[in-house]
Amino acid sequence: MKPVIEVENLVKKFGNFVANDSLTFSVFPGEIFGFLGANGAGKTTTIKILCGLSAPTSGKVSVAGYDVYRHSELIKKNIGYMSQKFSLYEDLSITENFQFYGGIYGLSRNEIRERTKALLNRLDFLKAQNEVLRNIPQGWKQKLAFSVAVMHQPKVVFLDEPTGGVDPITRRQFWELIYEQAHNGTTIFVTTHYMDEAEYCGRVSIMVDGKIEALDSPEKLKNQFAVNSMNDVFVKLARAAK
Amino acid sequence: MRTVIFILQKEFRQIFRDKIMLPIIFIVPVVQLLILSYTATFEIKNTRIVIVDQDHSQASRELVFHFESSSFFKVVARQQNYQQASEWLQNGDADQLIVIEADFEKKIKTNQPAKVLLVTDAINGSAASLMNAYAQQVIQGFNKNLLAEQIPLQNKPIQIKVEPLFWYNPKLNYITYMVPGILVLLVTIIGFFLSGMNIVKEKEMGTIEQINVTPIKKWQFITGKLLPFWLIALFDLVFGLGIAKVVFNIPFLGSFPLLMGVAAVYLLVVLAMGLLVSNLSDTMQQSMFISWFFLVIFILMSGLFTPIESMPEWAQWFNKINPIAYFITINRMIMLKGSGFSDFSESFYVLSAYAILILMLAVNRYKKVKA
Repeated sequence: MKPVIEVENLVKKFGNFVANDSLTFSVFPGEIFGFLGANGAGKTTTIKILCGLSAPTSGKVSVAGYDVYRHSELIKKNIGYMSQKFSLYEDLSITENFQFYGGIYGLSRNEIRERTKALLNRLDFLKAQNEVLRNIPQGWKQKLAFSVAVMHQPKVVFLDEPTGGVDPITRRQFWELIYEQAHNGTTIFVTTHYMDEAEYCGRVSIMVDGKIEALDSPEKLKNQFAVNSMNDVFVKLARAAK
Repeated sequence: MRTVIFILQKEFRQIFRDKIMLPIIFIVPVVQLLILSYTATFEIKNTRIVIVDQDHSQASRELVFHFESSSFFKVVARQQNYQQASEWLQNGDADQLIVIEADFEKKIKTNQPAKVLLVTDAINGSAASLMNAYAQQVIQGFNKNLLAEQIPLQNKPIQIKVEPLFWYNPKLNYITYMVPGILVLLVTIIGFFLSGMNIVKEKEMGTIEQINVTPIKKWQFITGKLLPFWLIALFDLVFGLGIAKVVFNIPFLGSFPLLMGVAAVYLLVVLAMGLLVSNLSDTMQQSMFISWFFLVIFILMSGLFTPIESMPEWAQWFNKINPIAYFITINRMIMLKGSGFSDFSESFYVLSAYAILILMLAVNRYKKVKA
């Protein structure tokens, strides 16, 4: 199978600081790929490069079959992105946010209406659809941000710490959404701090100081490091950090 | 185009949901027009004078009466000597001293030159020279009366009588001159700030990132950001013209569609500049300071208060890139002189080229990908 994300020797420098130090990895269609690392390890930098928000310093990067240097706008048609910082419009209502992003991605008014209805129905948010986002609890907002990111049915969706600051029940529900989306064939690229969430991923990579130190399925990684949980794998690797 | 409509829909929703926006659009123009038009004037009225009459004669009293009956002067005090009077000037309680010498009447009667001392607070130079000129006029009026009394009618010297006629503003009404300029200022300030704050606000809120991962085209984004403020500013211009007519009864001799046409192009320049600043700034604070920097320079040099023709040559050159200067001139021409397109076509073409240039820059400086 042809990978949907292909990264080879990706380097990103900010002045003298090397945020991404020759990363090489591939992600395959329909996969849930966990992108782990401590704070400041360089996860967000990588995600921004993959989404075409930031230009790489060097290396080969292709997403959804397009080269990130030459066709970043074509990539954008095929991806969804959920930022670490909530970035929907707080002064617009739920439906208005869906309408705006649906419109930007070129969906017809009909498609927007139907998909908004289906997504809100799935989240059980239909009653609150005219509520302005400012008045909505954090956990709801995260689910909405996810729904907006997948509304145009992208090939890959990038989630940057999607469950930060969210209660365990909502986190659980959030991962159900992720699973459903992956089941429909969308590739999920997710960063997280929660090691229980890492167990839900098909494969995970662990980044330390801008380098990928481990990459495999959670089972194999636990065997490789002879520990019982992803938490222990992570601690073993992260402890070696500068 | 469809994408632009979706952006417009979103922008208008946000604008009208913002509680501070409606006052900005409706109240700010009214307040600015009313306050600025009445206060931004160089007319001198009610100059506060202190009289020092050391003569106490009929002639000196007559001169004082001339001052008292002039609407430009208000006698705030009479003092016995110069020392006391000068304290009034020092304390800022008076603007001018009129000192009449002791032998005033005697000298007039004996055909010697009689002296009056005029002391003026000249901290504001131009106001001081006006006050001085007014005071001289009053004294000359007094002089004429003297001549008329002393010289028999048949011996009166031949005089050239000058008959002034003021075109376009026959009553030399300062408000008539100021309001068309202030109207320009008003739409400029509102347009520049609203657009200047807009994109950078999305940067601060973080919402721009979600936009930047979409396949939105740069020109679509800029168009969607520009059009709402363009409409608001045009609306404010019409609104302001209405106030100018109703409150100040400012004449509007030219063509209204022509003015709106020029305004439409002019506002593209202003709004594109605002968006350019917004694109170059990282925070709303930065944008605010940069906007102010340019606006203050553009406004002060625009010829709103002082004629461009009397500025130094480098300033006149600078005004060739000052959009406000162009539009104030054109607006005054259309409103007060009834000028047609051919009277200012060159300025219009400059504004058009300017609009295209700044728009292209604004689109170009909007970066979806960070280095």
